[in-house]
Amino acid sequence: MRIDGKGMINRSMPISFRFDGREFQGFQGDTLASALLANGVVLMGRSFKYHRPRGVLTAGSEEPNALMEIGTGARKTPNVRATVQEIFQGLQAQSQNRIGPLHRDLLSVNDIFWPFLGAGFYYKTFMWPRRFWEGLYEPIIRRAAGLGALSGQPDPDRYEKAFAFCDLLVIGGGPAGLMAALTAARAGADVILADESAGFGGRLLSETEAIEGKPGAVWVGETLTALAGTGKVRLMPRTTVTGAYDGGTFGALERVGQHLPAAPDLPQDCFWRITARRAILAAGALERPIAFPMNDRPGIMLASAVRSYLNRYGVAPGQRVAVFATNDAAHWTALDMMKAGITVAAVIDSRADAIAQGDYRLFAGGQVITTRGRRALDGVAVRYGSNETLVKADCLAISGGWNPTLHLTCHTGARPVWEDTIKAFVPHKGAVPGLTPAGACTGVFDTAGCLAAGIAAARDALTELGMTAPDIAPPEASGDAGTGQALWYVEGKGRAWLDFANDVTTKDVKQATQENFRSVEHMKRYTTLGMAPDQGKSSNIAALAFLADATGRGIPETGTTTCRPPYVPVPISAMAAGAQGKGFQPERLTTSHAATVGRGAPMIEAGLWYRPGYFPAHGETTWRQSCDREAGMVRNTVGVCDVSTLGKIDIQGRDAGAFLDFVYTNTFSTLKPGRVRYGLMLREDGHVMDDGTTARLGNTHYVMTTTTAAAGHVMTHLEFVLQALRPDLDVRVISVTEQWAQFAVAGPESRTLLNSIIDTPISDETWPFMACGLVAVHGVAGRLFRISFSGEHAYEVAVPARYGDALFRDLVARAEALGGGAYGMEALNVLRIEKGFVTHSEIHGRVTAFDIGMGRMISPGKDCIGKTAAARPGLNDPARELLVGLKPVGAVKQLTAGAHLFEAGAEPVRENDLGYVTSVGFSPALGSYLGLGFLRNGRARHGDTVKHVDHLRGVETLCEVCDPIFFDRDGGRARG
Amino acid sequence: MASLIARFPAHGFLPVRHGDVILSEEIPEAITALMPYRGQSRALSAAMKAAHGVAFPGPNRSTQKLPAQAVWTGMDQAFLIGVPADATLSTHAALVDQGDAWAVLTLDGAGVEDVLARLTPLDLRMSVFKHSHAARSLLGHMNAVFIRDGTRRFTIMVFRSMAKTACRELEEAMRGVAARQAR
Amino acid sequence: MRITCPLCGSRDSREFSIKGHEIALSRPAPDAGTAAWHAYLHLRENPAGMTAELWYHGAGCGAWLRVVRNTVTHEVLKIELVRDVTGAAHAD
Repeated sequence: MRIDGKGMINRSMPISFRFDGREFQGFQGDTLASALLANGVVLMGRSFKYHRPRGVLTAGSEEPNALMEIGTGARKTPNVRATVQEIFQGLQAQSQNRIGPLHRDLLSVNDIFWPFLGAGFYYKTFMWPRRFWEGLYEPIIRRAAGLGALSGQPDPDRYEKAFAFCDLLVIGGGPAGLMAALTAARAGADVILADESAGFGGRLLSETEAIEGKPGAVWVGETLTALAGTGKVRLMPRTTVTGAYDGGTFGALERVGQHLPAAPDLPQDCFWRITARRAILAAGALERPIAFPMNDRPGIMLASAVRSYLNRYGVAPGQRVAVFATNDAAHWTALDMMKAGITVAAVIDSRADAIAQGDYRLFAGGQVITTRGRRALDGVAVRYGSNETLVKADCLAISGGWNPTLHLTCHTGARPVWEDTIKAFVPHKGAVPGLTPAGACTGVFDTAGCLAAGIAAARDALTELGMTAPDIAPPEASGDAGTGQALWYVEGKGRAWLDFANDVTTKDVKQATQENFRSVEHMKRYTTLGMAPDQGKSSNIAALAFLADATGRGIPETGTTTCRPPYVPVPISAMAAGAQGKGFQPERLTTSHAATVGRGAPMIEAGLWYRPGYFPAHGETTWRQSCDREAGMVRNTVGVCDVSTLGKIDIQGRDAGAFLDFVYTNTFSTLKPGRVRYGLMLREDGHVMDDGTTARLGNTHYVMTTTTAAAGHVMTHLEFVLQALRPDLDVRVISVTEQWAQFAVAGPESRTLLNSIIDTPISDETWPFMACGLVAVHGVAGRLFRISFSGEHAYEVAVPARYGDALFRDLVARAEALGGGAYGMEALNVLRIEKGFVTHSEIHGRVTAFDIGMGRMISPGKDCIGKTAAARPGLNDPARELLVGLKPVGAVKQLTAGAHLFEAGAEPVRENDLGYVTSVGFSPALGSYLGLGFLRNGRARHGDTVKHVDHLRGVETLCEVCDPIFFDRDGGRARG
Repeated sequence: MASLIARFPAHGFLPVRHGDVILSEEIPEAITALMPYRGQSRALSAAMKAAHGVAFPGPNRSTQKLPAQAVWTGMDQAFLIGVPADATLSTHAALVDQGDAWAVLTLDGAGVEDVLARLTPLDLRMSVFKHSHAARSLLGHMNAVFIRDGTRRFTIMVFRSMAKTACRELEEAMRGVAARQAR
Repeated sequence: MRITCPLCGSRDSREFSIKGHEIALSRPAPDAGTAAWHAYLHLRENPAGMTAELWYHGAGCGAWLRVVRNTVTHEVLKIELVRDVTGAAHAD
């Protein structure tokens, strides 16, 4: 029911929305919860386990009950708190966790069987038969106990992540936060003021108390104007700071578009990483409920929430309100309601000496011992002294006192401290370096105290920032925090809920202690208390107090559970913003990409790079047809392949040769300028890191190539060697991978092709095998290397990347005119397997130079990375798995990479494993599948027959073990 | 003889505009990495001043005398942008052509810091990252160079092969910022 | 976590990668013997408290850093350039 003249909603902006298919009206400024209450809708959901009818408990982000699905279809978001969701035109909300309509949920049968469904029920009941768990029990339990459902479709909405920086982050925009922000901003500090609500002001928006003689909301408005006037404050409304991390880093969730009709490009949420030199936590406090029997009926809500709905949203949550509290808030709530013309049925104050502050019925020393009502509250039973009476009420406001919102102070490991004077935990001093708690989150509950604490905290922060605090006097406000007593639970018949969200009652906690789950962490996990989306914000402390009593300990000795980030649920979609699909990782495209895709080549991912698998020719229907043709083309005429993805590192300096001698096993200082050499690089533990060719372009100038996969890693390694291990060397390195477009031109006709594009023709004499140098390619300054990864007479030609697209098209056209063409990774792989050249399939991190037959490449005359470790006997044992070639010799002709090797007659089981296959391909030149692999004592077994078994794909092939070089063993073709 | 047609990294993607921010591509005359050898940074700086009028920049800075600009790009490393490096510099430093290795993008308009805040962990507040400041950092997952050219203008350099991803991600951020402004 | 690079300033930890303990700087001589090499390659403490580690500013200036930090409190006490520890080539 709306109350005229109350609230900060905009009555000139009516908004219509739907809840469970019915249309309702609210106003701009309403939350879904306030708008539903205004329409008399009290029943908002079903409870987690017992499917009991539930209404809102709170008016904030700690809400355990009123969780809803917002939106429809792929845009549906489950478990949205109705107390946080603002309404907008066209909003569609559905209640969740029910079968059938909300008021007749079929699963409410669970509530009848509640005596059997207590803590530990599932652990004890669904043990047998074991195989029923996955197929039967679990799906049923999941269907019955749960929260909202995901759409099951990709989320079409946008989400963001972003970074922000400030001198001072103020968390919470209530009285303490506002004064802290104002004080710091006036001192010239860059301030971010974040508040999770749509409006700043905190409790000031929900109370009737005045500041400097003005209504709280008016003072808040003036303060915001003053903040804007400083030009130093960035206001972040609808932003919940969710976590405190090391080094002044905070996570925060901003609701950007959640409160608006869908708009193109507008993100739903933004997840912020805020880095602050200092921070002030002014997060306030959360009112705690009291665990009395049947305390979960719709209409029972926190007294502070009742005041919020009345004063902020202009809504009376009931027509006949009773109040049950342990403190003065009971009376303030009653007075506010009466002033608004609402009937106050009774005030039940647990304190025996309570005095009525107005004209209402007071039960001093009273307690609510049970409640009545089916889908909504209609009465409460009160015990006072030795009497009991029934009070008719449709709303019960409850207050068990306040818990400081200190969660963030625990995020880096600190534990809160019990403060007996206020019967609450307060933050540990210095819990998070650089973070100062102020105001209600430290247990200061009066407004004047909070205003002053905000100023004081800002002063401290400014001093630490080296800034001078301005003279600001705290505004005049009430210093009355009220008084109260601790009352955590009321004994009586029936269930008394501690955790509404997970349906955990005092009986469950008692049972946990009876089964000896006495540690708070054990009790939590056994009962699931505090493990719902609200993370026990309104239940943990009461449960702890109950546990303390049940185990005969005090609260401080009982301890607390650990608060971890995030403070409120953060959608995965916000955390993963931008990281789905193409945003997952960058795409690296070669200069030939457009031309390659234009030829219909399917692309393969090689690290971040995209490379062509093969170039399908007219009439080819399988990749093998293309691959066979391309491999044959290179063997018989000429092929062109983009090899720009290989890492290229420019190395210069007077010690460049000595440096390479140290990082490679073999010697490069003796390499002549204009020559290229193959190099093998080890890790310090003696295993192979990478390989590639390095060209000496000048006396003090080399260009190293790395494999595509290891380029970044090798660069890091080279920097480490220079900065950490060889301070004596004066060498400079930089990646030039991106600078050059480089193409392999391979095959008997390669020189014919090249001579048609370079300005000065070359010959075997001017450009022998392993020569390199500068050439002009169509007049463009380029580089030419006579190297071969195919075993053919071959070159790699490089031009500045801007010419890559043009050169690739030109090279392919010319190759085609010669009967050749472009080739892709599949053919490249076949060609190198024929030659026994290794890639990272072979040098996968567990092999040594000895294993791949390159032990003699470790030069005896000098030290190098990995040399000492590579000399260890175990790494040179002939019984190791050594690189071999494999050729099928039986009826089955197929080989598969990943297969394992066994003796021909042995059972193919792990104990008999002799090695494995790393690379396979069909060689058109040899008319056979060929494989490379590692076989125990392999070099001594050439000529033997072994069994290749692929258990996964069910392939079993007899193979002959042979030298890994299958084709042109003496290398005559490459030398030309 | 045929000639090769040059094609630039962001060819076909740019310029684009969303809200008040425009993303476009620059084609500098040249980019040369200058990496002074042991003890040579002062001598290199002097040679640079003589040849191009710009000093070797300190960490996180750039120096400019048009058409030359020198941008600090790492430990003992700067890029000379806009002019071919004079041969005299090679006495003091390793010179490496980087003119084709980078996509050079400019982001211009009100809210440019908001766009970048969605992609880079750098503190780009005007009071911290001032005019002519330069930094190596990340743009999304990509290594990048950032230079502030004005109160609302940045140059961002990413590896050439990632130009498409960089443009897509910057555009995505620009759309989000524009949509917020229109909210 | 943030790391203050001596060259680049305070940066988010995502720009860095960790190699491990600073023992990696103390490469034994080739003839130092099996025990010394075994210790260098494989033996590592797992301290609860202070430790000195090597981090690489790969998404920044390319400097290797020596970072002294407390594994319990996450406090970073000292950060210096590895080249200043080893005396490696320095252009200034």
